[in-house]
Amino acid sequence: MKIIVCVKQVPDTTGKVAVKPDGTLDRASMQTVTNPDDLNAIEAALAMKDEVGCEVIAVSMGPAPAEGMLRELLAMGVDRAVLVSGREFGGSDTYATSQILACAISKIGLEKEDIVICGRQAIDGDTAQVGPQIAEKLGIPQITYVAGIEKDGDKIVCKRMLEDGFMKIEAQTPCLLTCVKELNQPRYMSIGGIMEAYSKPYEVFDYEALKDSPLMDAESIGLKGSPTNIFKSFTPPQKGAGTMLKGADKNTCKELAQILADKHLI
Amino acid sequence: MDTYNSKDIAAFKNVWVFCEQRQGELMPTDFELLSEGRKLADELGVKLYGLLLGDQVEGLAKTLGGYGADGVIVCESPLLKDYTTDAYAKTVCDVVKELKPEILIYGASNIGRDLAPRCAARLHTGLTADCTHLDIDVEQYKSFLRENSTLDVDGSQWDEGDRNLKMTRPAFGGHLMATIICPKFRPCMATVRPGVMKKAPFDAAKSEAVEIIRPAFSLQEEDLETKVLAVEKSARKLVDLIGADVIVSVGRGIASDIEGGIKIAQDLADELGGVVGGSRVAIDSGWLASDHQVGQTGKTVHPKIYIALGISGAIQHKVGMQDSECIIAVNKNSAAPIFEVADYGITGDLYSVGPMLLEAIREAKAAK
Repeated sequence: MKIIVCVKQVPDTTGKVAVKPDGTLDRASMQTVTNPDDLNAIEAALAMKDEVGCEVIAVSMGPAPAEGMLRELLAMGVDRAVLVSGREFGGSDTYATSQILACAISKIGLEKEDIVICGRQAIDGDTAQVGPQIAEKLGIPQITYVAGIEKDGDKIVCKRMLEDGFMKIEAQTPCLLTCVKELNQPRYMSIGGIMEAYSKPYEVFDYEALKDSPLMDAESIGLKGSPTNIFKSFTPPQKGAGTMLKGADKNTCKELAQILADKHLI
Repeated sequence: MDTYNSKDIAAFKNVWVFCEQRQGELMPTDFELLSEGRKLADELGVKLYGLLLGDQVEGLAKTLGGYGADGVIVCESPLLKDYTTDAYAKTVCDVVKELKPEILIYGASNIGRDLAPRCAARLHTGLTADCTHLDIDVEQYKSFLRENSTLDVDGSQWDEGDRNLKMTRPAFGGHLMATIICPKFRPCMATVRPGVMKKAPFDAAKSEAVEIIRPAFSLQEEDLETKVLAVEKSARKLVDLIGADVIVSVGRGIASDIEGGIKIAQDLADELGGVVGGSRVAIDSGWLASDHQVGQTGKTVHPKIYIALGISGAIQHKVGMQDSECIIAVNKNSAAPIFEVADYGITGDLYSVGPMLLEAIREAKAAK
C-alpha cells in the first residue's frame, strides 16, 4: 500500500507580501513555506504509515528550489519524493496542473489499496481545485474537506465537513482525499529524519519523463494550454483612513455612541 | 452528446446557476447567484436558468424563478437526494453536454467547490474559484476597476466588443486581485463566494411564470463510487455572520483573558442585536468555532456596524470586512493596520473600553 501526497511550496502570504508596481507579486523577496494544509495531508499519511506500515511518497510541481521543501518532508518521515518540474509546465492553471500531476501519479503507479491525499487548498491561490481535478483525471473517487479517516482494506470511511455539519462517506480505494487542518496536528522533522533526508530516494520528473503517459495532452499544459488566463491583476486601493478618537475613556465612548446614534446606526 | 466539443464556442448559449439544496432546502447563496446571473444574462441578451438536482425538488423551482430565473432545469432521482460527487458531477456534465450553456456558476460552498472542479476537468473547460465580482460588459468592468483598483483604466486599450465573462477574485491572501477569463472553452465556469453578491427582491410574477425543463439523463447505482453513510447537522446553531447587521469580532488581543474578552464582545453584540465573529488567530487558537471566522479563509461580511476588538488587521481579515458600513476598531497599538480601514478608532485596552462603550451605547439608545 502507498500513499501519495501532493504538496506545494507557496509564498508565505501570512507574512510580509511584496507587490511590484505592475501589480504582480514580487516572489523573489518573499519567504516560501510548505502550504499549511499540505502539512496536514503529510501528517495524515505518516500517521497511517505509523499504524499499518505503508510507503509515503510526496509529489510536488514547481521550480527546482522546491527540493528544499521536499527534503524537509523526507526528514519528517516521507519515504520518497518526486519533484515535477519543467519549463513546459510553467504558467499552468488548475486544469493543466492537475493533468500534469495526474501523469506523475500514474507514472508512480496507483494500485488497489493506494490513496492520494492533498491539502484542502493552497494559500497563494485558495482555489481548492487541483485535488478534485486530479481525481477526475485519474478516474478515481474523491472525498474533500476530510476531518477524519478510517481505513479498512480497500474501503475508506471519511468524515467530510460541511458548513452546517458533516457527512460520513465511504469510498473504495484507490481514491483521493483533500484534508482540512482539523484533521490533525502536523509533526516536526526529527533529528534522525534530517540525517536520512539526503539518502532517501529523490527524483525529478520533467516533460520528457511524462510525455508518453496516456493522460498527457501536450496541448493542454503550461500557460498556452490552460483554459483560464489572467486578464488583469491589480492591488485593491486602501480604504481611506477614518477618524482616530482622542483618549480611551468614558468620554471617548460617549462621543462614539453619540456618532452612532446621529448616524441612526443604533 | 458525442459531438460535444468545449472549443466550439458558438454552440453554447445562456447562463446557468447551479442551485444547491440540502435536505430539500435551498441555500441562501442560490438567490444571490440568481440575481447576479440575471445581470449577466441581461448583458448577454440570453436566458437565465437554474440547475436544480435532488429528489423531489421541483417544488423549489418557483422560488428560483422569483429571484430571477427564466427557467429551471430539474433533474430528480433518489440517487440525487444527498450530495455525492459522482452522481452530481455525472448529472451536471451530461446535462451541460446536452444543453450547452455559455456560463455556469456555482456557490463556493464546500459542495460547490467539490463539484465544480470535477465538472470542469471532465468537460475540459476553465473554472475560476471563489469569485467576488463578475462582469460581461466592458464599460461596467471599467467602472468597477475605476473604483476598486489603482489601474490606469482610461489610459489603457480596451476591446469594447469583448463578451467574455470577466471573473474577479482575491489571490495571495487578498494582497492581489485578479480578473480571470476563459476565452477558448465553454461553458465558462466560476464558483462565487457566498455573501458577496446582492440578492434581488422576490418577484412574484416571475416566480409564477418560471419554465420547467426536465432533460433526459441517466443515473444508475453503479455510477456511484462513494456512499453517504450519514449526514449530521451540527448540534450547535451556527452563527450567521453573512446575514448579520452587527458583528463584534475578537482577535489576538483577548489572549490574556479569553473568556472575559469573548464576554465583552458577546455583551456588545447582544446589546446591538448582532453576533460575535473572530479573526483567524481566534479561530486557529480554538477560542471560537470556525463558523465565526471573518476573512479570506472564512467569510466576507458587510454588516452595518463592525466592531474589531483586539484585532491587528492582517490583510486577509481586512479583505473580509472592509466593506462594512461602519467599522469601529479598538486596539492597544495605535499603528495596528486595522485602523487603516476603521471609520472610528480608539487606541486603548479592549477590557476597559469594551464595557465603557457598552454603557455609552445603552445610554445613547435610552436618550433617543
